[in-house]
Amino acid sequence: EFRRFSLERSKPGKFEEFYGLLQHVHKIPNVDVLVGYTDIHGDLLPINNDDNYHKAVSTANPLLRIFIQRKEDADYSAFGTDTMTRKKNVLSNVLRPDNHKKKPHIVISMPQDFRPVSSIIDVDILPETHRRVRLYKYGTDKPLGFYIRDGSSVRVTPHGLEKVPGIFISRLVPGGLAQSTGLLAVNDEVLEVNGIEVSGKSLDQVTDMMIANSRNLIITVRPANQRNNVVRNSRTSGSSGQSTESSLPSSTPNILGNLLQGEEESDEEDIIIEDSGEPQQIPKAAPTSESIESLSQIELLHESTQNGFLPSSELNLNHSAGSISMEYEVPETGRKSLEEEGTIITL
Amino acid sequence: MRRFLRPGHDPVRERLKRDLFQFNKTVEHGFPHQPSALGYSPFLRLMAIGTRSGAIKLYGAPGVEFMGLHEENNTVMQIHFIPDQCQLVTLLDDNSLHLWSLKQHGGASELREEHRFTLKGPPGSPPSATQVTAVLPHSSREVLYLGTESGSIFVVELPLFRVLEDRTISPEAVLQRIPEDNCNRRSCELVEALREHPKNPDQILIGYSRGLIVLWDLQNNKATHHFLGSQQLENLYWQRDGSKFISCHYDGSYTQWPVSSDNRQPEPLENTVPYGPFPCKAISKIYWQTTKNGLPYIIFQGGMPRASYGDRHSISVIHGSQQTAFDFTSRVIDFFIIFSSDPAAEFDDPSALVVLAEEELVVIDLKSAGWPAVHPPYLASLHCSAITCSHHVSNIPLKLWERIISAGSKQNIHYSSMPWPIDGGTNIAPDPPQRDLLLTGHEDGTVRFWDASGVCLHLLYKLSTVRVFLTDADPNDNMNTLGEDEWPPLRKVGTFDPYSDDPRLGIQKIYLCKYSGYLAVAGTAGQVLVMELNDEDAEHVVDHAEADLLQDQEGYRWKGHEKLKTRDGPVRFEAGFQPFVLVQCQPPAVVTSLALHSEWKLVAFGTSHGFGLFDHQQKRLVFVKCTLHPSDQLALEGPLSRVKSLKKSLRQSFRRIRRSRVSSRKRRGGSGNASEVQEANAKFDQDALQEMELAPVQRKIEARSAEDSFTGFVRTLYFADTFLRDSSRHCPSLWAGTNGGTVYAFCLRVPPAERRMDEPVRAEQAKEIQLMHRAPIVGILVLDGRSTPLPEPLEVAHDLSKSPDMQGSHQLLVVSEEQFKVFTLPKVSSKLKLKLTALEGCRVRKVTVANFGSCKTDDYSENDLAVLTNLGDIQIISLPFLKLQTRYPCIRKEDVSGIASCVFTKYGQGFYLISPSEFERFSLSTKWLVEPRCIVDMPEVTSNNHVHNKSGTENAARKS
Repeated sequence: EFRRFSLERSKPGKFEEFYGLLQHVHKIPNVDVLVGYTDIHGDLLPINNDDNYHKAVSTANPLLRIFIQRKEDADYSAFGTDTMTRKKNVLSNVLRPDNHKKKPHIVISMPQDFRPVSSIIDVDILPETHRRVRLYKYGTDKPLGFYIRDGSSVRVTPHGLEKVPGIFISRLVPGGLAQSTGLLAVNDEVLEVNGIEVSGKSLDQVTDMMIANSRNLIITVRPANQRNNVVRNSRTSGSSGQSTESSLPSSTPNILGNLLQGEEESDEEDIIIEDSGEPQQIPKAAPTSESIESLSQIELLHESTQNGFLPSSELNLNHSAGSISMEYEVPETGRKSLEEEGTIITL
Repeated sequence: MRRFLRPGHDPVRERLKRDLFQFNKTVEHGFPHQPSALGYSPFLRLMAIGTRSGAIKLYGAPGVEFMGLHEENNTVMQIHFIPDQCQLVTLLDDNSLHLWSLKQHGGASELREEHRFTLKGPPGSPPSATQVTAVLPHSSREVLYLGTESGSIFVVELPLFRVLEDRTISPEAVLQRIPEDNCNRRSCELVEALREHPKNPDQILIGYSRGLIVLWDLQNNKATHHFLGSQQLENLYWQRDGSKFISCHYDGSYTQWPVSSDNRQPEPLENTVPYGPFPCKAISKIYWQTTKNGLPYIIFQGGMPRASYGDRHSISVIHGSQQTAFDFTSRVIDFFIIFSSDPAAEFDDPSALVVLAEEELVVIDLKSAGWPAVHPPYLASLHCSAITCSHHVSNIPLKLWERIISAGSKQNIHYSSMPWPIDGGTNIAPDPPQRDLLLTGHEDGTVRFWDASGVCLHLLYKLSTVRVFLTDADPNDNMNTLGEDEWPPLRKVGTFDPYSDDPRLGIQKIYLCKYSGYLAVAGTAGQVLVMELNDEDAEHVVDHAEADLLQDQEGYRWKGHEKLKTRDGPVRFEAGFQPFVLVQCQPPAVVTSLALHSEWKLVAFGTSHGFGLFDHQQKRLVFVKCTLHPSDQLALEGPLSRVKSLKKSLRQSFRRIRRSRVSSRKRRGGSGNASEVQEANAKFDQDALQEMELAPVQRKIEARSAEDSFTGFVRTLYFADTFLRDSSRHCPSLWAGTNGGTVYAFCLRVPPAERRMDEPVRAEQAKEIQLMHRAPIVGILVLDGRSTPLPEPLEVAHDLSKSPDMQGSHQLLVVSEEQFKVFTLPKVSSKLKLKLTALEGCRVRKVTVANFGSCKTDDYSENDLAVLTNLGDIQIISLPFLKLQTRYPCIRKEDVSGIASCVFTKYGQGFYLISPSEFERFSLSTKWLVEPRCIVDMPEVTSNNHVHNKSGTENAARKS
């Protein structure tokens, strides 16, 4: 069933209004539906909040193709990167969900229905032998569930190979967050904790740093098993391990691309109970006129990241990790290879 | 881009920081840990103490101190001053000799190591051939005689330690003129003592271990006299005129020998076993001191009857019919006598006996009747009962200072009035800028008040809380109450007594208000005492109140120790701080935090169960708040449950355990196993502990949860007059921070002064802040409208502080072990923060506001936070913007007790324990620096002679 209607591109309004409009246009006022659109690459992408709604409207060229399916029999797998080009008959797929009864399918819920427990970030700025993993601890009762130990690793230095002390993952607790992500493994060397290099720090210091960051832990590791790393170009393929290790110092000054925002996002959750009322989260103080300049600098930083949504690359990753695409020639960017990496490991 | 702007690139600020901050370890207070050797120069009137870790410390007049450290960190075995020189020689247990000199440099004297030397035998000789056992610095100041295990005596030239081989005195040479039947080669094994003749520098007395004593003529290189002792020799001592000497022996006897030109092989004049007839222990050292009245002083170490008093550490003084055996609580390392050093004087006339015991220095006045002890101005045994906490108060008002001194002087009446006899050198340090008190709480329930203003940490006054309680220890049960005719005539001296009769008496928290003289002291068994300074003795009843911190919790059972029993009826208190109210926490767990507000007359206290507020004016409990998490079983049962079974009869075994614990700590000290220390420290669950035992270097990474143990543990309490409810009215408030990252704020209503007794103080909870990172709260502070920390109570009333700014908005600073956070008030919104642990992996252990003055201009000063981390670093963090200013490594991170003991002063100094008996003093400020600065001059009388001589040796040194 097709409907065609117009929207004012400059004033798209809110997603709720748009959702209401769709229900009205289709005369299905009380039916829960999933909304998707095809982007310029032909991917079927979901519309479920203001952000991706605005994105969808802004990329409409000029036509925005919207797909609607009932929530109860929706085909979640239809969404994702390259879905439109890969499956030639996405439309039929979407419109006739009973197709799926032929090949049973794992139902993966929509990104907004669950919270990410982990992600791989900053692939574009890290050497391919390293992996930056973010563990989201918030709210869950699941333990982080890993142990670290002292050890030594071999580095390439100007003076040749050198044995240097390092910190390694020594154990994963069965059923813990770390194990369930599949992104960390025993004997992975820990290089950074939330952007701070651990070299020169004692095991206890690193332990304290990890615990201090446990609500939003970002650890950069050199996986013990380098086989899963995708070789991005042929030049480094021969000596991927050693040669990039020596490049570690140059890579570390990269401030974590996503770190700062992430840190701020999940951090300020201190709770206050006033006059034995209801617990509330403590808000950030708005910079007042009397506050001194350097203070307001800090505040500005907070402001800019305060309401931060996850950066787009992450969002993308989150749902692509749920998709089943893999046997694909990866043409270009780090983001793509990241998807591969994540997918392979998840399987 | 802003995050790339790092603090500290502002050149103006950088310059200012250099004018404000500077790190120095300035002086070590207290008694050297594990002393091993003692030396004294009657010429310089300086005393030297060597330790098992290779330190050497010189002490003279109060304030005159020097310290040196041997590179080898080996035990110092012997210390010998070179006669009439500013030099001394040390012998270490690796058989190396070291020459140290006091040289003037930049207007002050410094102790420096000049040369070192190890005696080498001919190739192939056993090590014992050159193992030095006795050292004699000759009065010519040019040579040292070194007695060895092999019996040879080597001569080395100073200062370069050149061996003069042709002058070696070999056992063969010694035996030449002795009849074969009395002696053989073995008689000359191991030189026990070397003594120069007091009148004739060409003669030295050589004592061999097996009892043979030889008077050796250095000029003619031959033995002139032989003295055939039958007993194993311990030591020798010349009489002043050189006509006699005395030898002491392994069997507890001493023997006098005559020295005359006619008899070359004299018989002993007298052989005495002072504590016979039953077998006695060795007399290891003896002095024979002549006096004008003819009766000598015989002073010796040991010699006690083996069976009944063999375990005593004694030094006996015999003078005519007077005889006392001074009984020390710890092993005697060495002793010396201060006597007339004028070579022209006819008699020794001893004035003082100076004894270095393992744990304290005791000086006995031999001039006054009854031989009383002299109160030492330094080398205080801080650990005479183990230190359990410390509290520093800067800038004490003169009035309070004088009252404390007067209370202390009433306690010190049994001390001798003799001026301190070791008075060499001149203290040229400027007078301390202000009067500072360091209060130490001890395991035996005492609080000691130390004058911490200057270089000498001096005991002013000792307060005991024991009288309030009924303890097992009967005050009359004294091992020392011996009748007149007791034998041996033991007399206990010294203050070192580390054995507490009841560990519950231990002091945990101290808070002194320097303006009002109110003192609050809290202990191990939940006791909180509030005291007032009274200049007179008084007898009164101490009011009791109980604070049930578990009031609305049910089903909990405290398995820890019981509360202390209190004395009923009036109790007599000596002048000083006298308790007037006792608040007993229930359950009687250790008091973990304490705050006193002398203006509002309130005292707040916290334990692992909760906290309470007590009005000590009306003697009424205002409120209690339980902070326990329902799952926190461990806190309830109490970790000290074993204490309950401690009975007096078990005291001995307890002592033994303690001793072994101390020694195991010593052993560990050197290697400093970090994981071991952490193991003890960490609050891992049982699972993790087992895990660690299997693989000791493994750490669990787990987010802190609300269910962790000891989250209710109250870490900090703070009174503030601030805006808690709305921004128009400020009111008194009480803040409490817990181990679980919770901050409670209570609004207080304190009646005005005129109705203070009539209306009750009321409290109402106004806020509760839960920090989501749940780290323990270690500090709470309110900053006023000018971002200055609120003044202490009564500070403004005494015109010593500007009144706080109540116009601008206040800010709340909460310091957890991991983060510093500033919140606005009265509406709590987070303003800024510093996440220390996330950035550096270190945790806050101690934090204080310190005022730093510029060394360049008098009118600039600022408040910063002084922070000690678990890595032993000290960081200075600016207020109110929380920017790291500077960082200094201070304490080894393995030194957990050092870090735990650290106290900061209000003006950027600090103290921490480097051993159970020593505080290291450090300074972070360029302006307030207390360090020894002193000069040791060659005494006038003989200076011409010696200066000449000294330059002579130096010339010789240059030539060679």
